[in-house]
Amino acid sequence: MSTTTPPTPGTNGAHPVVKSAGRVVDFVDQRITASNWLKRNMRKVFPDHWSFLLGEIALYSFILLLLSGVFLTLWFKPSMAHVYYDGAYVPMRGILISEAYASTLDLSFEVRGGLLMRQVHHWSTLVFLAAMSVHMLRIFFTGAFRKPRELNWLIGVLLLVLGVANGFTGYSLPDDLLSGTGLRIIEGGVLAVPVVGTYLSYFIFGGEYPGEDIISRLYPIHILLVPGLILALVVAHLMMIWYQKHTHWGGAGKTDENVVGYPFFPIYVAKAGGFNFIVFGFIFLMAATIQVNPLWFWGPYDPSQVTAGTQPDWYVGFLDGALRVMPPWELDIFGYNLTLSVLIPALVLPGLILVPLALYPWLEQKVTGDTREHHVLDRPRNVPVRTGLGVAFIVFYILLWIAGGNDFFATVLNMPVNWISRFLQFSIILMPPLAFWITKRICLGLQRRDRDKVLHGRETGTIMVSPSGEFTERHAPLSVGEAYALTAHERREPIEPGPATDPNGIPNPAYKRERRQARLSRFYFGDVVQKPTREELEHTHHDGHGEITEGDTRDQSAAGDHIASGQQ
Amino acid sequence: MSTPNNEEMSGEATSAVQARDSHVPVDHPEQTGEVERRSTSADPIPDPGFHDPGPRYTDVEPKAAKRAERQIAGMFILASVFIVASIAAYIYFGIDGDEATGNIGEVQASNFALGITLGMAFLLIGVGAVQWSRALMTSPEIVEKRKPLRSQDDVREDTLASFNTGTEETGFGRRTMIRNSLLGALALLPLPAIVLLRDLGPLPGDTKENTVWAEGVRLLTDVTYQPITPEQMELGQLVNVMPATYRDLPEHGPDRLNERAKSPVMLIRMLPEEILAAEGRDNWHVDGIIAYSKICTHVGCPISLYERTTHHMLCPCHQSTFDLADNGKVIFGPATRPLPQLPLAVDSEGYLVAQSDFTEPVGPSYWERGTR
Repeated sequence: MSTTTPPTPGTNGAHPVVKSAGRVVDFVDQRITASNWLKRNMRKVFPDHWSFLLGEIALYSFILLLLSGVFLTLWFKPSMAHVYYDGAYVPMRGILISEAYASTLDLSFEVRGGLLMRQVHHWSTLVFLAAMSVHMLRIFFTGAFRKPRELNWLIGVLLLVLGVANGFTGYSLPDDLLSGTGLRIIEGGVLAVPVVGTYLSYFIFGGEYPGEDIISRLYPIHILLVPGLILALVVAHLMMIWYQKHTHWGGAGKTDENVVGYPFFPIYVAKAGGFNFIVFGFIFLMAATIQVNPLWFWGPYDPSQVTAGTQPDWYVGFLDGALRVMPPWELDIFGYNLTLSVLIPALVLPGLILVPLALYPWLEQKVTGDTREHHVLDRPRNVPVRTGLGVAFIVFYILLWIAGGNDFFATVLNMPVNWISRFLQFSIILMPPLAFWITKRICLGLQRRDRDKVLHGRETGTIMVSPSGEFTERHAPLSVGEAYALTAHERREPIEPGPATDPNGIPNPAYKRERRQARLSRFYFGDVVQKPTREELEHTHHDGHGEITEGDTRDQSAAGDHIASGQQ
Repeated sequence: MSTPNNEEMSGEATSAVQARDSHVPVDHPEQTGEVERRSTSADPIPDPGFHDPGPRYTDVEPKAAKRAERQIAGMFILASVFIVASIAAYIYFGIDGDEATGNIGEVQASNFALGITLGMAFLLIGVGAVQWSRALMTSPEIVEKRKPLRSQDDVREDTLASFNTGTEETGFGRRTMIRNSLLGALALLPLPAIVLLRDLGPLPGDTKENTVWAEGVRLLTDVTYQPITPEQMELGQLVNVMPATYRDLPEHGPDRLNERAKSPVMLIRMLPEEILAAEGRDNWHVDGIIAYSKICTHVGCPISLYERTTHHMLCPCHQSTFDLADNGKVIFGPATRPLPQLPLAVDSEGYLVAQSDFTEPVGPSYWERGTR
């Protein structure tokens, strides 16, 4: 047996950097067979599109959250024990405040870069949750949640919930007036829980509100438990993306059986790595120039004080809005109180939003009966009902969000806050269906325009006068690639139910279910404007009604070439 | 990410660029081959196949490539300058400040200088790296084939068979006594996890129903803690009030804070004839001086926005509005019950005192509230 191993292959005469990188790979390879995996994955293909960056923004702002958060823990003291403040911030000197608040002030005023890191941490949170939300909308509207990506959709929903939860616990830690007020509202929500609400509240706060325990209890949740869960789920999310390969937009050469794009190494190492730094850079610039949560202005938490015109961070705004516009309903059940006016917005509403959201991939699968894998994204217009539902949800959410700032809007619009709340109570019920209907009509209109473009070409705005005095507009033909991109989606027809009885008159036991599915399917796809068939396309060109043929002859032959070559 | 069929996944990539140009990736021979063309008879236009956008300006123009190289290197060098500048900013902008006036200005200057330098350093490194990949890296666009994600049928069958063999070997289906007793034990396991959390807090008892207000407890102005005589209250005035017993609570420890969350009271003076006292509340005010709990009955914010001409009191958190002339009745917003009123009297020395504790629990509703 030889005591030496064969030399590292392929590194002779290479650049020194390549040589040493090769030695590292060789070292690892001889221990865990790394080359096998690397060979397959280094040149992994990722498609390019601006909308694929949204999830990356979330990832990088999360990394920045971890880094800036660790910095903050070095000085922050999660204690509600009270001390007389004697720090650098003069207006607060001599006041009895909690150690949490005092250490946050010290961190801001006596640690160089401390204020910057606090601002970076807060801005990253706002960006993290915004990026996750928009990323999720992108996934929804393009149908990227379809098989095989349902599990990643579910992980995404969980990540959003955990992100909001951790944002809120972090908001509560510094023990300033705003964070305490937020906790008070949470206590009100917990108290509204039927039967065990009071007990839950006493267990959470270690007795009566606010007690002296809540901050030291939220601290490990905020810096360890939830971030750990988020990190684990992010890793699972990324592994799944890696393994299943990224989706891509339809177009020439792009199918459900391939993925077209650039290799991970080197293009995406540079691009994604660079983008990471760009996100860091933007957040640092925001932290340097835009003040966020200047908690020395709010003062320490005092349960008997509050400031007017306070809003929570943006991602809690919709829940606060729901609390604001909920009618004052309360049930009396044999002397026991069921406070619907708090219970519905605080507990029922999040459930009503999250459960359908989490299950949507399966709900849509039920309607379409489609169990195939999909890797080419839908253009939102080609699934008008899904797009309509998504926009209806956005409108619902934004209205709640506006409700969360009803006092702000009252000031800005110079209207009584009561009018705004009343208007929102009705709008929240009426506007989403309206938004659904309008969006669906817009989608159908866009589909019709795509169809016309494929059949007749693009309007050029050039008006021609024929010798007989007739005015026509010249249409420029689409290139084959463009025309293909407009027709690459699948033809979706509503499902028809089977016959109610078979030829012998024996009733079909599944008929009811089939009819139900057919009805849902008609709701989804009944109005869809279909792309032209090959016959329709040929028909337009041959009978001379196609507007392309009304242009000059050079155009006509060019158009013929274009489409004809596509039809070979 | 390693799976049994990983081996079959190599060699699944094909090059889109085929023979059309010189970009065939020589370092990755398995990424060449035919693009699979998808077309069904109903589709109007068959897939024309992958379209190569052609070379970039920097590919054909050496001068442009050189310029891009200089730009990118320039960004990286500038990033180094900003990194050094950030250290200089850290040292230069001290935040020790002047003892008497505080140092917010210096903190802001330090924050601004550090943030701008570090932000620019990050941004320049990022933009440089992205620009490098876009303008100069020569990687072609590649087509990689996908494989169906489900395992092959024989593998699936083998797996199922192994699982069945395993279950068979345990006798899980046959030995029902073992199975059921195990399931029973596992079902009980969450209980200690809940029980162990029992000592997180005491049981509520009657703490939610009681405050430190009691018969004869003086009303003290909040913050300065002075007793109040009726003559000191002007018409339309609002004074925040705490019970005199509050001052006896220890300065440290949670009791003081908890009482602050429960006992604050608003004292308002209006014309006695404006007060629409409910039955039994006729003698709860002293010459139009009337007291209500400051804790909103919605979710517990301290309410504070008083409109003295209408006697309306608005909670700034969720805009519940209460009519203080009419027993604290809710006239707008999500709150479901009126503000608790504190019955007032005057003691022998002429100071305002409480007749008793609140006659109902203060603050948000809870399940057993109505039974207390």
